[in-house]
Amino acid sequence: MFGLSIFEHIGKYCIFMRQVCRSPEKWRVFGRNILAEIDKVGVDSLGIVTIISLFVGAVVCIQTANNLDNPFIPNFTVAFATRECIILEFSPTIICLVLAGKVGSNISSEIGTMRITEQIDALDIMGINSAGYLSAPKIVAMIVSVPLLVIYSIAVGIYGGYLAGKYTGLVPPDDFIYGIHFSLKPHYIPYSLFKSTIFGFIIASISSYCGYYTHGGALEVGKSSTRAVVVSSIVVLIFNLIITQILLS
Amino acid sequence: MIEAKKVVKVFGDREILHSIDAIFETGKTNLIIGKSGSGKTVLLKSLVGLYDIDKGDIQFDGRSIARMNQKQKKELRKEIGMLFQGSALFDSLTVEQNVMFPLEMFTEMSFEERRERANFCLQRVNIVNSNYLYPSEISGGMQKRVAIARAIALNPKYLFCDEPNSGLDPVTAAVIDDLISEITKEYGITTIMNTHDMNSVFSIGEKIIFISEGNKMWEGSSDTIVGAGCKALDEFISTTSNIVNRLK
Repeated sequence: MFGLSIFEHIGKYCIFMRQVCRSPEKWRVFGRNILAEIDKVGVDSLGIVTIISLFVGAVVCIQTANNLDNPFIPNFTVAFATRECIILEFSPTIICLVLAGKVGSNISSEIGTMRITEQIDALDIMGINSAGYLSAPKIVAMIVSVPLLVIYSIAVGIYGGYLAGKYTGLVPPDDFIYGIHFSLKPHYIPYSLFKSTIFGFIIASISSYCGYYTHGGALEVGKSSTRAVVVSSIVVLIFNLIITQILLS
Repeated sequence: MIEAKKVVKVFGDREILHSIDAIFETGKTNLIIGKSGSGKTVLLKSLVGLYDIDKGDIQFDGRSIARMNQKQKKELRKEIGMLFQGSALFDSLTVEQNVMFPLEMFTEMSFEERRERANFCLQRVNIVNSNYLYPSEISGGMQKRVAIARAIALNPKYLFCDEPNSGLDPVTAAVIDDLISEITKEYGITTIMNTHDMNSVFSIGEKIIFISEGNKMWEGSSDTIVGAGCKALDEFISTTSNIVNRLK
């Protein structure tokens, strides 16, 4: 896999995605697999998303408050800055990078292990479109779960900022709540969700691709898993730049 | 009947199979034997369609794979059961779910009908009281038997077995061999089995093809294999026999 050039990988990825997008053998099984994957990639990620969002929201609030020590800048600006930071960048991008590590490596190692233990060959022999059967439910589950996780992360992150402001005494609760509502641009939310949907697709599809083309043994499964995280993180960052430039400039 | 006609398979710049002709007969246990690295697995995987061949043709009861479109190939695969070297059971499914899997994907049977069929297949391979265990919770021999049950769940016309008794103790290996042979007779399946185990050759080999360095060197039956006059085959048998004698 290392021997291929980036263009060969892109071509192979496109062929893989064409296979993934074929109609499933049984829609009922497909639906059931999507629900199972949503449970695995979405519900199982709630814990880590909660912890990271809560702490980062709190830290953003404290750092912003400590850096805005000019008495002419009102307190609510801290909440405003915290909100903007969390909605625009932290929740859609950083949470997706965390998911690339958690979910991406899981997808890649799961499919990679199935490859090296001939389980994918077994699916192919049965006449099942193995790429579609294994990857499509994961991709759909990520597309559905990631925006929901991002909404949840935004709420928890802002709440983390609120708690930090309240208990450190840096931002009184009333000021914080005022700042949260101050100059809210409603299109930031759909922008954030759109971004995260694209990132969810990128993470699931690239990780599936890396896992599906694993060759060799356990060592290669580990390598595929690492490659899935690294490549999907880089692609997420590149698309973050592109989408931000297109939608916000 | 499966017929391989001048099958050539190339990986990179290396030709692995050199123009192999072979006929695998219906209702018989056809064996492909040879040393490790002789091209047995490549031939088996080419026959089953996991590898696309570079030259030649493979025909399943007169139906040429080369002339089939994707849909026809997919239909053909529903007639094929395969037993892999490592069993290839789905880790995330229980024993029963593994056997029910092809039934769920390709039939309109109700859950109860699928379960009944799965239990019938499991009983046929002597697996009882293990329906709710996962593959990691059962022994290698049991995994192989569950894999056979899964392979026969859809009543296949063709059964491919890639070194089914590798990694098993001789007693369990003999049980697996007998099971494959019995099922072949019972359902009139065309069975093709890869092996380098001479016990399998003598106990169930009805038609045997010997492969060495990607060439078909000899074909015959277990009755004619000893003293067949093929140097590479004689060497293979004597080496295997020497190892067996040394172990004895």
